[in-house]
Amino acid sequence: MTTSTRGASKVPAVLVLEDGRTFRGRAYGAVGVTFGEAVFNTGMSGYQETLTDPSYHRQVVVMTAPHVGNTGVNDEDPESGRIWVAGYVVRDPARIPSNWRSRRSLDEELVAQGVVGISGIDTRALTRHLRESGAMRVGIFSGNSLPDEGTMLAEVRQAPEMQGADLAAEVATKEAYVVPAIGAKKFTVAAIDLGIKGMTPHRMAERGIEVHVLPATATAEDIYALDPDGVFFSNGPGDPATADHPVSVMRTVLERKTPLFGICFGNQILGRALGFGTYKLKYGHRGINQPVQDRTTGKVEVTAHNHGFAVDAPLDAATDTPYGRVEVSHVCLNDNVVEGLQLLDQPAFSVQYHPEAAAGPHDAAYLFDRFVKLMEGQRA
Amino acid sequence: MPKRTDIQSVLVIGSGPIVIGQAAEFDYSGTQACRVLKSEGLRVILVNSNPATIMTDPEIADATYVEPITPEFVEKIIAKERPDALLPTLGGQTALNTAISMHENGVLEKYGVELIGANVEAINKGEDRDLFKGVVEAVNAKIGHGESARSVICHTMDEVIAGVDTLGGYPVVVRPSFTMGGAGSGFAHDEEELRRIAGQGLTLSPTTEVLLEESILGWKEYELELMRDKNDNVVVVCSIENFDPMGVHTGDSITVAPAMTLTDREYQRLRDIGIAIIREVGVDTGGCNIQFAVNPDDGRIIVIEMNPRVSRSSALASKATGFPIAKIAARLAVGYTLDEIPNDITEKTPASFEPTLDYVVVKVPRFAFEKFPAADATLTTTMKSVGEAMAIGRNFTEALQKALRSLEKKGSQFDFVSAPGDKAELLAKAVVPTDGRINTVMDAIRAGASAEEVFDATKIDPWFVDQLFLIHEIAQELAAAEKLEPEILAEAKRHGFSDAQIGAIRGLREDVVREVRHALGVRPVYKTVDTCAAEFAAKTPYFYSSYDEESEVAPREKPAVIILGSGPNRIGQGIEFDYSCVHASFALSDAGYETVMVNCNPETVSTDYDTSDRLYFEPLTLEDVLEIVHAETLAGPVAGVIVQLGGQTPLGLAQALKDNGVPIVGTSPEAIDLAEERGAFGRVLTEAGLPAPKYGTAFSFEEAKGIAAEIGFPVMVRPSYVLGGRGMEIVYDEPSLGEYLTRHAGLISEHPVLIDRFLDDAIEIDVDALYDGHELYLGGVMEHIEEAGIHSGDSACALPPITLGGFDIKRLRTSTEAIAKGVGVRGLINIQFAMAGDILYVLEANPRASRTVPFTSKATAVPLAKAAARISLGATVAQLRAEGMLPKEGDGGTLPLDAPISVKEAVMPWSRFRDASGRGVDTVLGPEMRSTGEVMGIDTVFGTAYAKSQAGAYGALPTKGRAFVSVANRDKRSMIFPARELVAHGFELLATSGTAEVLKRNGINATVVRKQSEGEGPNGEKTIVQLIHDGQVDLIVNTPYGTGGRLDGYEIRTAAVARAVPCLTTVQALAAAVQGIEALTRGDVGVRSLQEHAEHLTAARQ
Repeated sequence: MTTSTRGASKVPAVLVLEDGRTFRGRAYGAVGVTFGEAVFNTGMSGYQETLTDPSYHRQVVVMTAPHVGNTGVNDEDPESGRIWVAGYVVRDPARIPSNWRSRRSLDEELVAQGVVGISGIDTRALTRHLRESGAMRVGIFSGNSLPDEGTMLAEVRQAPEMQGADLAAEVATKEAYVVPAIGAKKFTVAAIDLGIKGMTPHRMAERGIEVHVLPATATAEDIYALDPDGVFFSNGPGDPATADHPVSVMRTVLERKTPLFGICFGNQILGRALGFGTYKLKYGHRGINQPVQDRTTGKVEVTAHNHGFAVDAPLDAATDTPYGRVEVSHVCLNDNVVEGLQLLDQPAFSVQYHPEAAAGPHDAAYLFDRFVKLMEGQRA
Repeated sequence: MPKRTDIQSVLVIGSGPIVIGQAAEFDYSGTQACRVLKSEGLRVILVNSNPATIMTDPEIADATYVEPITPEFVEKIIAKERPDALLPTLGGQTALNTAISMHENGVLEKYGVELIGANVEAINKGEDRDLFKGVVEAVNAKIGHGESARSVICHTMDEVIAGVDTLGGYPVVVRPSFTMGGAGSGFAHDEEELRRIAGQGLTLSPTTEVLLEESILGWKEYELELMRDKNDNVVVVCSIENFDPMGVHTGDSITVAPAMTLTDREYQRLRDIGIAIIREVGVDTGGCNIQFAVNPDDGRIIVIEMNPRVSRSSALASKATGFPIAKIAARLAVGYTLDEIPNDITEKTPASFEPTLDYVVVKVPRFAFEKFPAADATLTTTMKSVGEAMAIGRNFTEALQKALRSLEKKGSQFDFVSAPGDKAELLAKAVVPTDGRINTVMDAIRAGASAEEVFDATKIDPWFVDQLFLIHEIAQELAAAEKLEPEILAEAKRHGFSDAQIGAIRGLREDVVREVRHALGVRPVYKTVDTCAAEFAAKTPYFYSSYDEESEVAPREKPAVIILGSGPNRIGQGIEFDYSCVHASFALSDAGYETVMVNCNPETVSTDYDTSDRLYFEPLTLEDVLEIVHAETLAGPVAGVIVQLGGQTPLGLAQALKDNGVPIVGTSPEAIDLAEERGAFGRVLTEAGLPAPKYGTAFSFEEAKGIAAEIGFPVMVRPSYVLGGRGMEIVYDEPSLGEYLTRHAGLISEHPVLIDRFLDDAIEIDVDALYDGHELYLGGVMEHIEEAGIHSGDSACALPPITLGGFDIKRLRTSTEAIAKGVGVRGLINIQFAMAGDILYVLEANPRASRTVPFTSKATAVPLAKAAARISLGATVAQLRAEGMLPKEGDGGTLPLDAPISVKEAVMPWSRFRDASGRGVDTVLGPEMRSTGEVMGIDTVFGTAYAKSQAGAYGALPTKGRAFVSVANRDKRSMIFPARELVAHGFELLATSGTAEVLKRNGINATVVRKQSEGEGPNGEKTIVQLIHDGQVDLIVNTPYGTGGRLDGYEIRTAAVARAVPCLTTVQALAAAVQGIEALTRGDVGVRSLQEHAEHLTAARQ
């Protein structure tokens, strides 16, 4: 059955998965063709943050929440300067935005930024399919004259895969910039941008940190030229197995025992720097309701996730590494995936999820305080 | 860390009778909690006076006390059972208040009982307005967000009047402290209103305290449901957004889950505040619900209130998300942490997460203003709805339209056909929130209103308004389409249009639309409520329909029985029917069937995903049920559909389902019709040689006059085809008959009026029985305490009957069997008889589960609904006796002499309603049912059982003090003996002059008091109404005077309600009360669990 969404475009659109399953709906946002890795996000709020999260680069995001766009688009909530998703899949886009901060509709924004989307399909069926068959390549084709399904499928199968993709440099800043501390400056942090979200330096700035955001290509020399109190490795897209440069930079930081904090991709890089492997999850964690246990306190926090890869580290005991012992500090209670690493003999830790939230709950904001403590400890 | 080892037994307090603001949701919560605690190996002791609950089923707890929920009775239970802990957070405000008073009077300490689930300090912080303001301030200091509305606490009227200025003037909100469902609160626009509302609020508040508050009318309203464990893990289970902006009690609002119009930043801010509040209040092992108002212009957030317990909203949130709050609250209370508790639905993931929805849930309230024509139907901050329906869809429009048709009320669905009316008038009407405002808004849209105009009138969020425009546009497109093409049809279904709506728009019959739709292959699929938006596989088949692509109904092997539930609670159809449906599900599951429940009432146990093998949360309309039957037929064999347990709702579908080829099990639709249709039923009676009161059917006043004259006044008149005695009245003379017909002119044009002889002074008798085609099992015989003419749902009754002898029972048995056989019953039948003089009249027969089935089952310790379900599917009474489901020998008509006496008392919602000028509504009982719930008193003798029923329903009967007596002439004779008894027990009698005179002549002294109509005396002698208001009267006996003199009685009875003085409105109730007072005076009122009663009864039967 073809369903449609009134008020949205009447232009037909087709979503084709690389295993041949197709969904027919209506164009949403820009009309055209797009390819990427199909992933689903289960957050019920925060579409604006999701769309602008650089970690979604080259991914076609399926929203499980049916109504998207209700609060329009404002100028405060984006996590970066542009929309990064490769394509957008929603069931019922809003016909009008309603919020006192809204400046324009999401539909307009998607069109303005050339993001191809599809609406009016059974997003739950698609999500179940991705859950059972795993994340895979997908294409969205919209327009009044579409190629036949075989042609579309062939095109999808020619699109690049996520496994082995080195994408951080594509999304990271090309020039270094500084996010000043809010209030009195207490620390300087060098933050390696592998796809950093705007909220992350903001959370640091709130704690008196002057954040120097450096390009993904930054070297150890670039970092230490700043004489930082701490070094931060951000989230970002792509396969951590390809991140040789950041891994080697991080090893230098570890050798110098500078307080180190990593988020998401940063966690995977720490894992690799310590000698652990990383692997691709079947369908990843993307949402804002994931239960993560802090194994140092036993407390559970509800957290924002966006990761398709994870670190392969033993859960039951500390591991010896060239930089001392490391243990898994955080674990996802849904599936026991490693969600955090902590070095026991020097000031370095990372988490796989997003303590900066945006979108998502603020339960894990204490990790920024932990980073501050590490830097304080190093000074003392 | 697993559960605590220092708790071996827990006392759970239920919520008592169903009243407005505290309904079936607490049976759902309490049942879940008891089961969980029992499965944890704890001894569960339960007290709940409401027999119509699943939680009071003897197998749910280890010791079940159907006793009044008052500190006195609960203390007796504690003294007897010596529980280690008391869990007070699952029985609504009743349980919480009882627990607090037992803490305050030292009982808990005396017996070493620990409060679990919430501590006293937390309860007070959450419930006490002043303390809660402090909580919000502390939260703001910590996280920089959240504030209270500017407000002032008042304990006297002077403080109230002075308070208005400090808030910046009118309007102001008045909120009494410690009342449930917002009782007594409201908006005051001027001093007169303020004096009235605040005066009442001061009276209602147990702490004589009200809060005055700045008005935040028109702001957006949200609720969060939170849970916290002893390790300080907190999760937000659900966010709920109110469609109706601030100003309407959330129980009376259309509500939507999840929140639809918040950005993540705003939502997370609410979440941060919510978490900070639950921590600050100190709810450390349980749940709470927090309400917020958000200014749509700038996002300013005001925290309105919190409930430190499981609430109505938590039941809704549990059903909306699949996250069972009460169950988890019970586990947290005994020491588990959230991460130690598995998510039932995925089985693999823990409960320490936040559900995410890939659907939209809409709840709509069900009102009963038609029952209280004098009541003001404006919606305010006092809850007035009696029930609710919930619907789930893949988008808002689908969920909304499903919810509206789930209400099963004429006019509840959007009407796109009749003339909408004048735009300006409609917009003006929409300004005031009322039942059905959403329909007014739709009419305004149809009449050409713009979105801005709708928003300006209603302050409903523009996104919601646009969704209504979307629905309207589809209706227009449907109307304009040349042909019913698949695209437009699918589109309409996708936005929740019913076949009936489409038919109306297209000028087609509903079944024709359905045929077209099926021919085009446009059918719903069924999706699963899985807590996680499909991120993990769901193990629990909790389904809702949607017009989408992929269905998730799995094939099955076992034959399925589909049980149709009873829909939203309303007066006349409530929790009792849900009880029977749940029992059927349990019994049939045990008998090897796959049970499939269909219902749309989120408050119930039947819509717990644990109750049946499969749950369809769907409207109970022909269309929706046919689609479910279709889907289940594709999944595997269907043994049949049960329609006779869910009350009138499923019964009304029986014939149509059968006509559509659906197998109906149990009593056939034809037999159901036979009993409903007067003429046919009359023939059954004639054949069996049974008398019925004379009656006639009239289509005009002339006819009615003739029939009434022939039958003889008084007569009972009512429209045919009504529920719960709607529109039924006793008419004493011809002018009143004419007046009645004028008032109900609308009814006569559609249906004829039935006129029955009214049996004055008759004893009314209710019988519940099972019939398998060969053998009758007389379930129970209930003797009404009020005479015939009071709706059976509103009258108190006793089982076993207290004045009927063996010969009467024999006659009742013979008559019941003859009717059951004549009608063709296979399952339950309920018959109402009236014994006038020596003649036993048959008033009516209902071949279905009645309202009294749970009461009868509990009073006789026999699961009648379970037996009925089995008989429906072919079991015989003999088989069930052999299995042990029914007693080996004997039945409810042959109870041993020392069997306990059970008294059922109805609970009325009088105090909830005011007329437009703020006066109470009259409290006289009549043939139209008005009660919302019931309690049961059980003891060895009638007097004690009756006293318990009164204590459970209205508070204890007084044993001394002043009794005011004023009765109608026809009652004066029968008043004398009980009045004498009152005096003998030391009561001082007050009476109006007429009654006093009669008493005097019979040697009984009574002080004459002034009638209200006489006004205050020359020396300041107060009128009876003033005396009641001054708290000088402890018991009121006031029977209505027919048509004359009504006003005085009205004043007396409404004063009684306002001051919560027991008020008896029939002499029969007085006689019973006297027996109760006698029992109380003797002081030998004890408590006994149902299990003990049953043991005793079983022993006596052998």
